[in-house]
Amino acid sequence: MTQPENGQYAIETNDLSIFYGKFEAVKDVNLKIEKQKITAIIGPSGCGKSTLLRAFNRMNDFVPTSRVEGEILMHGTNLYSKQIDPVEVRRRIGMVFQKPNPFPKSIYENIAWGARINGFKGDMDELVEQSLRGAALWDEVKDKLKQSAYALSGGQQQRLCIARTIAIQPEIILMDEPASALDPISTLRIEELMQELKKNYTILIVTHNMQQAARVSDFTAMMMLYEETRSGTVIEYDETKTIFTRPKDKRTEDYVTGRFG
Amino acid sequence: MIRKNFENDLQQIKDEIILLGSMVEQALISAVDALKKRDIKAAQAIIIEDKEINKKRFDLENQIMVLIATQQPMAKDLRLLASCMEITSELERMGDYAKGIANINVRMGDEQLLKPLIDIPRMAQKGVDMLHRALTAFVNEDAETAKTIPIEDDEVDALYNQIYRELMVFIIEDPKNIERANWLLWVAHNIERFADRVTNICERTVFIATGSFDEIKSSDDEFWKSQNK
Repeated sequence: MTQPENGQYAIETNDLSIFYGKFEAVKDVNLKIEKQKITAIIGPSGCGKSTLLRAFNRMNDFVPTSRVEGEILMHGTNLYSKQIDPVEVRRRIGMVFQKPNPFPKSIYENIAWGARINGFKGDMDELVEQSLRGAALWDEVKDKLKQSAYALSGGQQQRLCIARTIAIQPEIILMDEPASALDPISTLRIEELMQELKKNYTILIVTHNMQQAARVSDFTAMMMLYEETRSGTVIEYDETKTIFTRPKDKRTEDYVTGRFG
Repeated sequence: MIRKNFENDLQQIKDEIILLGSMVEQALISAVDALKKRDIKAAQAIIIEDKEINKKRFDLENQIMVLIATQQPMAKDLRLLASCMEITSELERMGDYAKGIANINVRMGDEQLLKPLIDIPRMAQKGVDMLHRALTAFVNEDAETAKTIPIEDDEVDALYNQIYRELMVFIIEDPKNIERANWLLWVAHNIERFADRVTNICERTVFIATGSFDEIKSSDDEFWKSQNK
C-alpha cells in the first residue's frame, strides 16, 4: 500500500484493529491523515468504513463490546490511552452524520448549546454568527435564528449540524455520508462548503458516492474485506487523482470502475 | 457481469476506431496508387472521401463525450476513453496526409513524374502496416506489442532519407527538376509524418494498459540527425 508522503499529519493510526466482541471488524490500518486536507474513505458496503471513521473520535465506545488494538495518534498522543477523556476527544474531533440531526431547539440554540456545555464564555451572538457563516448558512437564517431548526430544509439542517460542529472549534471533522440524504444541489453546497472548511480543518469523509470522493477529496483510502476473516482493511491509500485515474491495486480498479461484485 | 451495457459501449467505440483506421489506411494506399498511375480522377475521389473520415471523427468524439458525461468512467475506463479521443484525432490527421498526397497529384496536372515511384509506395505500405498492427494492439490493450511498433519507424525514416538524397541528386543535376522533385519530396514527407503518428497511437495504448505516459521514441529527430551528419 502506498502512503502519501508529506510531513504535516493531523492524525495517524498504527496497526489499528477494531473489534466487536470476538469479531475483528477492521484490521491493521495504518493511515497518516494530512492536515487541512480532505481524505475520503471509500469501499463496498460492510467493509468497515464507518467503524474506522467512528474510531477516530471514540464513538465506538458506545458499543459495549467494542475494543481497539493499536493506536490512533494525535499530536503524538494515543487517543485510546487511559488518561485520555473521550469527551475531550470528541470536542477536538467533531462529527457530522448521514442524516441531519439538529437538536429540537432553535437554530441559535443548536449552536449555542454545545458551546455552552464546552465552557464557552465569549460573545455567544458572535460565535453563532461566525459558525453559521462558516457553514455557509448565515444569509439564509440570520432573520429567523429563534425559529426551530426543524423548520429548515434537509440541506440547511445538515449545514446547521456542520455549524454546530465548528462552533466548538475542533481540529478534525469526521463526516459519515454527509450528503447521502440530500438532493443534488444541497449535496453540491455541502461539497463547496467542505472546500472552505479545509482551510481551517482536517476533514475525513466516508462516502458511497465515488464521484463525490473524486470531486471533493485530496486523498482517498480504499477499504476492502479480507475474504477469509471478513475483516475490513485499507488496501490502497494515495492521492485521489491517482486512485481514480491509475490505481495500483486491481481491486481498487474494479471498485472505482464499477466492476466489483 | 456488472456494467455489461457500458462494456458494450466501450467495445463499440473501439470497433468504430478500427473502422476509421481502415478508412485511413485505404486512403493512403489509394492516394499513392493514384499518384503512381497519375490518375487524377481517383485523386479527386480521395479528396472527397476525406470528408467521410472527418465526419466519422466528429461522430466518434461525440459518442465518447456522451459516454464520459453519462457513465462517469474512472481509472482504466477513463484512460481508454480519453485515449480514444486522442487516437481519433490522430487518425483524422493521418487521413489529411493521404488527402495531401491526392492534392499534390491533382496540382501536378499533366506533369510527368520525375521518376517512377518505388520507395514511396514502399514507405506507404510500411506506414499502413504499422498502423494496422498499432490499432490491433490498441483494441487488445496490448502494451508489449505497442511498444515494439514505433521502432519500425526507423525503416520509414531510412526510406525517406533515401528518397531525399535521390531527389537532391536530380535537383543538382538540373535545376529544372526542382519543382517535380519538390512534389515527390512533399509526398514522402506526408508519409513520414503519417508513420510518426503511429507512434502516438502506440503511446496511448501503453497508457491505457499501464497508466503511464511513456514517450516511446521521438522519431521526429531522426531525419534531422541524419541531415546533420
